[in-house]
Amino acid sequence: MKFPITLTVNGVPHSIDLDDPRVTLLDLLRERLHLTGTKKGCDRGQCGACTVILDGRRINSCLTLAVSHDGADVLTIEGVASGNELHPMQAAFIAHDGLQCGFCTPGQIMSAIGLVMEGHAGDDPERVREGMSGNLCRCGAYAGITEAVLEAQRKMANPDKPDLAKPDHVKERAA
Amino acid sequence: MKNFEYVRPATISEAVAAAAEPGAAYLAGGTNLLDLMKGGIVRPNRLVDISHLPGLDRIERLPDGGTRIGALVRNADLAHDGEFAKSYPAIAEALLSGASGQLRNAATVGGNLLQRTRCGYFYDPASACNKREPGTGCDARGGENRLHAVLGWSEACIATHPSDFCVPLAALDAVVEIEGRTGRREVTVEALHRLPGDTPEQENVLLPGELIVAVRLPKEARTFSHHARYLKVRERTSFAFAVVSAAVGLRIEQGTIWDARLALGGVAPKPWRAHAAEKIVEGCVPDAATFRRAAEAALADARPCGDNAFKIELAKRIIVRALTLAISETAERVAALPGSPFAPVAGALHAS
Amino acid sequence: MPPEISLTPVPAHARHGSNIGQPLTRRDGVLKVTGAARYAADNHPPGMLHAVLAVSTIARGRVSFLDVEAAKAHPGVVEVMTPANRPRLAEDPDAKLHPFMFRLELLQNDEVRYANQAIAVVIAQTLEAATEGVALLAPKYETQPARVGLDASESFVPAAVGVGNPSAMHRGDVEAGLAAAARRIDATYETPMQYHNPMEPHAIVAAWDGDALSVDTPSQGLAMAQGRIAGLFGISPENIHIRSPFLGGGFGSKGLISGPQLLGILAARLVGKPVKLVLRREHLYGPVGHRSASRQRLRIGADGEGLLTAIDHRAKVASSTFDDFFEPAADASHTLYASPAIATSHEAVRLDTGTPLFMRAPGEATGSIALESAIDEMADACGMDPLAFRLKNYADVEPISGKPFSSKALRECYARGAEHFGWSKRPLAPRQLRDENGLLIGWGMGTATFPALMFAAEARAVVRGDGSGVMETGAHDMGQGAWTAFAQIAADALGLDLDRMEFKAGTSDLPDAGIAGGSAHTATAGMAIHNAGAAVIAKLADLATNDQRSPLFGAGNAGVIARDGRLFRRDDETRSDSYADILGRAGLAQVEARGKGAADPAAQSSYAMHAHGAVFAEVKVDSDLGQIRVTRLVGAFAAGRVINPRMVRSQIFGGMIWGMSFALHEQAIMDKRSGRTLNANFAEYQVPVNADVPSMEALMIEEHDPHVNALGIKGVGEIGITGSAGAIANAVWHATGVRVRRFPIGLDDLVMPRSH
Repeated sequence: MKFPITLTVNGVPHSIDLDDPRVTLLDLLRERLHLTGTKKGCDRGQCGACTVILDGRRINSCLTLAVSHDGADVLTIEGVASGNELHPMQAAFIAHDGLQCGFCTPGQIMSAIGLVMEGHAGDDPERVREGMSGNLCRCGAYAGITEAVLEAQRKMANPDKPDLAKPDHVKERAA
Repeated sequence: MKNFEYVRPATISEAVAAAAEPGAAYLAGGTNLLDLMKGGIVRPNRLVDISHLPGLDRIERLPDGGTRIGALVRNADLAHDGEFAKSYPAIAEALLSGASGQLRNAATVGGNLLQRTRCGYFYDPASACNKREPGTGCDARGGENRLHAVLGWSEACIATHPSDFCVPLAALDAVVEIEGRTGRREVTVEALHRLPGDTPEQENVLLPGELIVAVRLPKEARTFSHHARYLKVRERTSFAFAVVSAAVGLRIEQGTIWDARLALGGVAPKPWRAHAAEKIVEGCVPDAATFRRAAEAALADARPCGDNAFKIELAKRIIVRALTLAISETAERVAALPGSPFAPVAGALHAS
Repeated sequence: MPPEISLTPVPAHARHGSNIGQPLTRRDGVLKVTGAARYAADNHPPGMLHAVLAVSTIARGRVSFLDVEAAKAHPGVVEVMTPANRPRLAEDPDAKLHPFMFRLELLQNDEVRYANQAIAVVIAQTLEAATEGVALLAPKYETQPARVGLDASESFVPAAVGVGNPSAMHRGDVEAGLAAAARRIDATYETPMQYHNPMEPHAIVAAWDGDALSVDTPSQGLAMAQGRIAGLFGISPENIHIRSPFLGGGFGSKGLISGPQLLGILAARLVGKPVKLVLRREHLYGPVGHRSASRQRLRIGADGEGLLTAIDHRAKVASSTFDDFFEPAADASHTLYASPAIATSHEAVRLDTGTPLFMRAPGEATGSIALESAIDEMADACGMDPLAFRLKNYADVEPISGKPFSSKALRECYARGAEHFGWSKRPLAPRQLRDENGLLIGWGMGTATFPALMFAAEARAVVRGDGSGVMETGAHDMGQGAWTAFAQIAADALGLDLDRMEFKAGTSDLPDAGIAGGSAHTATAGMAIHNAGAAVIAKLADLATNDQRSPLFGAGNAGVIARDGRLFRRDDETRSDSYADILGRAGLAQVEARGKGAADPAAQSSYAMHAHGAVFAEVKVDSDLGQIRVTRLVGAFAAGRVINPRMVRSQIFGGMIWGMSFALHEQAIMDKRSGRTLNANFAEYQVPVNADVPSMEALMIEEHDPHVNALGIKGVGEIGITGSAGAIANAVWHATGVRVRRFPIGLDDLVMPRSH
């Protein structure tokens, strides 16, 4: 049985003829669309490495079925930068060394962007820490992560550029 | 994961019909169901995807002063609804103390009511578990049961109910609206979940195919908004299930507690309403001795099921603490660390 | 005669144009924040199939039945690999030719020796099909009782602990020291089984082309992995190409290629197609190593002045029934505190678990939390401030060996850390401090130490005709910042700007960089890079000083300095020659050289070499509810030369968070009857989350060590755990007056304190 769905991923529409209803959004992205920036750390919603923004909300892509999201809009780590210009959250993670091995980093960044979009943490470090607690980092980069989110949050608050998926960019070279 | 038939009904009645078949399961947020399916703990033949059913994602103020929450409202949306959080602060705090931002964005109100236990033996398909496989026994008995139930457990099952959300719902006499093949019926949250007895696999009173469509808070529930708390003890500061939790709502006038609502989480196979404790504090001027008496009453029937006697004392202390905290006027905003004893609170008693 | 080469005048970071010591951001940062960094499981060669492990649910016995037909009948399943059809190996997976060769479960038979051992591999067109195929195997077993827990079998004295350390060591007469003591502590501490749990589960993508093998897999030791594969499959190492540009964390669990990774290679061989095998999170609890549980008894004596008279540290640890790795927990007492008598010893049991392995600070972390707790208990018994007590017993020479330290700025660490923390305001007695909300506050400290090790590594340096450079070594970046720190060393070694130099690492066809472990990678591979650079610059200098057309002609005795792509005459910097011109005139497209990094045996026999630190912790405790939060952690560390302060800070923070996790959070919970881990996940195997880490500070104390290696590097990967775990445990005591000796400290320990 086929399950035809359409998904917009990072602004690009995809028509997918899903052959298996068991495919999670995470496995669809990684194994079928080959968007491997989104990581699988636990596959059970317990680590946050698979965080993407689905229809404007950060979620664990490992715990949702692709077939259930016909017509949805997905933003992944690959769609956050604008060309060679990094998103302020990405730049802040580098500047504050909010990463070590980098495996949790795409999930951390997507979660952080989602957190800022939700607007409940503001510039309160304690609320940022709480709001980022769904993203484990075994290397222990939490101090840098919190600093990065606070800094990027200030940059993203610029009202002239309300599109948080492509907000004001800082000068950083992409590889 | 076993392959399954994927069905997406257009209406509630279609959903109910589709889910009445043996081996069918409802899929909403999926945060618990997919976890269980990946672990091989449940292996449904059919998933009835209700996440697109219209009309179940609304929070409505009812003419009688109550509030009706659609079953598909996301945990995060409910907790951050300004009017809701102001009226039912303990519920908002409980929601925000649970899981992670990502999970709260996906998990639904209806699904949360039906969350399964985190018992490690339930989650291990190779272990004996009467809840997962009736009649096989309970390996948690005599096993690693430091976090298991101290109230309401049976020889057949000592697992606890993991929900935070259900605890204040039980305290506030919330009602669950259920749609089934024979129409709509209602039960209180307190009556929704069953104690295990000899049939721990029957966790609630829902019949096959019955669908929770809404949760309703009666008009009295908002009268506790000025003195309400959810307090949760856990093993790390965030993103952890409750070891023990308590939801409290008090109606205080002129220094006297006229009405009290109290329920516990993490101690029993269901959210545990502490009626006896409520009776003790009602009509009293708040003081530590009364609160301790109430706590003793709430845990009067408690007994350890293994290596977990500490939970009885812990539950008593969390009751005293939650009652004490609730005397103070509810904060304007849920604390930065929801439910945490580390959330700074004026007027807290720490008389240890 | 080669001219004198001066590449990194000491101190190198004072030199104009130096890269060493600069807080550069990660060179791989952009790749990592954009999702472009490619980890093993991100690869998809054409025609690739998915493989999933089937693992045993029993801890001991044999597999009596697998429903292979049911699995193969599932749509999409291509093959099931079992002992019956597993491709032949050239070497017995149970062979052990040297201590670093660990026995593996590669489906050699139907025996089960621990829970979560691989018993089959299902290979399918899709991940979903392979995963369900595993479920359909529905194995049956002949089960024997599991032996788990430190009391489950006869104990014995292991022949060696750690990597060839003696099981027991002593200096002086401990019993006499204890008998003479005015105060004695006799306490037993318990630590749990822990799992590395890197965020990236072990993964492999393997593709065969005849007898040539291409592998994407995370590795902390590429050459060793290559050698192991070569031996098992009977093929030449040159035929094996391993790519491991990024590890999603390793912490020791990726030091040696594991059984499941090799099963991925076998699966690819069986089906004749590329195969991807990724461990599920629960599969990490068994076949890829863990930290043994320990029970440690410490007997300490002190005289009336608070001077130690004896330290006796005895540890009981566990290994598997079929292989040897013994956590050298008691060895933590060898180096820190001056005592006329020190004895350390180990006993062990064999259990039905996977073989334990190096896990970040193996032995040091485990022993440190017990030793630092015991020292704190003794300070209290003596009525002394814990810092004063440590200073009183400060070791000016290594206590167990009597050797001088190559360098030891621990006094400065104590002083700077204490000052920064505000330690002098600490009340001596517990339960004296509360915050504005009435929560108890406790302050505790611990001493950190970790040996400054070096293994062996090689690097290759090239200077090209256009004056640019290449530095190559098969180094491993598991998050410590190898891509950046090694590039910094390489740029200085080559006398080039970072932008004029290409640094290559992370593949097995490059020179052997040794192993990323023992906190020794930066020192070892860094020295190889340093020496390779020196050697290639020597060749350039040789060309220039012998070339009449060069401004440097005849400067062989004066010597040259390499900088910014030019060689300068040491005694007259107005005379210089560019690399490009030197090579151009010589008609050479490039010049290359190799360099090695290794320990200096003479220095090692003369000096004790360790990094040191002091960690100060503040906890807030709600003792009614048993809740603990570490509100402040300040660490001051002296670890020789710092290559990149930004990355060192992150490494130290990470170690300190591991210390927090050791003291308060992580433990495997195993059912004693079945031998299965009940919390083989990230929800109940709890590691700290962001909210657990409100405030951390790391101070790096300047330390110049001329003996460890020419660069003065000691390493920072593991030291952060030591000291931190004990500091937090001691802070909990200071807050509550309750001394918890079983870790992690649980809320039940405070709600209903055990009597000791």
